[in-house]
Amino acid sequence: MRFAFAAIAAVVLALGAAVVAAEEEKPYRVEGNRVDPGTYNGYRRYGNSCLACHGPDGAGSSYAPNLTESLKHLTREQFNEVVINGRQNVTAAQQNVMPAFGQVEDVVTHLDDIYAYLKARSDGALGRGRPQRLDN
Amino acid sequence: MLRRLAVAAVAAASLWAGGASANEELVRLQRDPNQWVMPTGDYANRRYSELNQINRDNVRNLRPAWSFSTGVLRGHEGGPLVIGDVMYVHTPFPNRVFALDLKEPGRIIWRYEPTQDPSVIAVMCCDTVNRGVAYGNGMIILAQADTTVVALDARTGEERWKVRNGDPAKGETMTAAPMVFGDRVLVGISGGEFGVRGHVTAYNLRDGSLAWRAFSTGPDNEMLIDPQRTTHMGQPVGPNSSLQSWQGDQWRIGGGTTWGWYSYDPQLNLVYYGTGNPSTWNPVQRPGDNKWSMTIFARDANTGMARWVYQMTPHDEWDFDGVNEMILADLNVRGQQTRALVHFDRNGFAYTLNRENGQLLVAEKYDPAVNWATRVNMQTGRPEVVREFSTRQGGEDRNTQNICPAALGTKDQQPAAFSPRTNLFYVPTNHVCMDYEPFRVSYTAGQPYVGATLSMYPPRGEQNMGNFIAWDAAQGRIVWSRPERFSVWSGALATAGDIVFYGTLEGYLKAVDIRDGRELFSYRTPSGIIGNINTYMHGGRQYVAVLSGIGGWAGIGMAAGLQGDQEGLGAVGAYRSLQNYTQLGGVLTVFALPTN
Repeated sequence: MRFAFAAIAAVVLALGAAVVAAEEEKPYRVEGNRVDPGTYNGYRRYGNSCLACHGPDGAGSSYAPNLTESLKHLTREQFNEVVINGRQNVTAAQQNVMPAFGQVEDVVTHLDDIYAYLKARSDGALGRGRPQRLDN
Repeated sequence: MLRRLAVAAVAAASLWAGGASANEELVRLQRDPNQWVMPTGDYANRRYSELNQINRDNVRNLRPAWSFSTGVLRGHEGGPLVIGDVMYVHTPFPNRVFALDLKEPGRIIWRYEPTQDPSVIAVMCCDTVNRGVAYGNGMIILAQADTTVVALDARTGEERWKVRNGDPAKGETMTAAPMVFGDRVLVGISGGEFGVRGHVTAYNLRDGSLAWRAFSTGPDNEMLIDPQRTTHMGQPVGPNSSLQSWQGDQWRIGGGTTWGWYSYDPQLNLVYYGTGNPSTWNPVQRPGDNKWSMTIFARDANTGMARWVYQMTPHDEWDFDGVNEMILADLNVRGQQTRALVHFDRNGFAYTLNRENGQLLVAEKYDPAVNWATRVNMQTGRPEVVREFSTRQGGEDRNTQNICPAALGTKDQQPAAFSPRTNLFYVPTNHVCMDYEPFRVSYTAGQPYVGATLSMYPPRGEQNMGNFIAWDAAQGRIVWSRPERFSVWSGALATAGDIVFYGTLEGYLKAVDIRDGRELFSYRTPSGIIGNINTYMHGGRQYVAVLSGIGGWAGIGMAAGLQGDQEGLGAVGAYRSLQNYTQLGGVLTVFALPTN
């Protein structure tokens, strides 16, 4: 009896975890090139605050990384940490500095949306170019 | 030979003893085709050389003579100076300066590297470029990214004086090359994307003390504007011309930065430059004409007082900075010999003005794709904006589509050349359009204050993203045009050998026939070229020098390209990617004809 109970509990937990994990892995909703409002907002906020260094569509520039690659191995927490605190890679061979956006209202209040947009791009769910809004 | 020796002796005397006044010395030196004594080649910004040892008939034989790595892997704008036997090479951040011995190419006589807080990198919107050092009175003047202006002994590299021109904590940085004129040096300021209030400043060459500073926005006395004497389109600008064109205190974070090139007419004693975009990129947040952003200024070199102004893009809605070079050329315009000023603006119009009084003579599109305005009204000087391409009419949170040119303009800072032999201009251009969506943003000191997002692409139905053109500024028309795969982002050089040089973003140095643009020479340098091509003589041979090192705003297209025009978003298109053609670099290549 206890064994079955534990088994059921494990299954429920696993299902729950799977559901939670699925939500965490997909902070966006994409159909073709149409995206949910949060992700669309992320596209615009990205363009305002990040594009100048990280290039169109998160694809990188000669002096800032390709974020569609970066987000393949950054957790959401790590992403938030870098954006909020900034990062410096300054050596004899390179001088790459990302500013800290922790005090920048236009970024921190939309951080989840920016993440959602970049994650959609990184997952290959959303192609390059301006997305359209999903009608909902 | 004797003349060359005499010039070298004068240069040497100035270097060693700092004797003659900088004004006369530089006015004389800038006429010497054997040397390249200022970033712009000469005060008129012509980028023209009388040297013709390399010419139309033999340029195909040009080959690298020597090369030098700067040790920096960011965008390399500008080009080296050559004074006597010494070449001065500058770099992007950390802004190294090298004095190279031309008698023993590659030997470094001295090197200088300032110590700067690397956090300044974070507030440089468009890569950590630097457009070059200036020479005057035995000193090399460097404008650092962190806004320090330092004067170095040209012989030893030792610091003579140092002054702070701005504050990176407010988003102020510097990228432009200084200009020495008289016994002063002129510098600008960058940061239009950070709400910086633009200004130009003249420092005394002797000790770095302040001579005058003129703001681009605000009260007349801070702008060094005389309401009765300073004219716009022939009329006095009147009191508070700037303040009246802004809502409330917006002018304090008003932009109008001054990061482009400066020119100087020693006879009229006027200094010329243009101002950048008004912050923010969201026009709805800053009603009014936003004077004097996007403006050509002519200022008295002694006092800084504005003689005349001309605003090219009132109430900018597209980020068409007005900072591109002001080329001073004497042209025959409609039968009248005119002391002209010719300016290829970001907004796609090429302007010809009378540089004495600011009279507008010609304003025509130098790329047929330009569509945001139909024409410039020659009575008022105002562009007639097409509603469909007005991002303000489109409104906040609405995407205005297919505006040509894109924000990076039909031409950005990469300077054009003029040949007095043809009386034509040779212009590196961008052929790119955009969608632009403004939205509301808040201002925080030292943080980006942009307020728009854009997508960029070649004009509909076209493949090439650049053209190199020949332009008749008297008539306002294109004479010939060469397409290029990517934007042509290098500074051009025209010579009496009847050739024009330019560099491509793939890294090619090219020479074309000045008559028709036919390609005569092409060589693949180590990295994409966003620098300016210079030429000089040494030991009886003519050399052509260019910095390679992709970056700058062009670096944005580096990793995966500006998006190509496609049918149906989300489809996998053939995006043209600059990274398929080049990688980062930082190399000076010097070319010459073979000795036999």
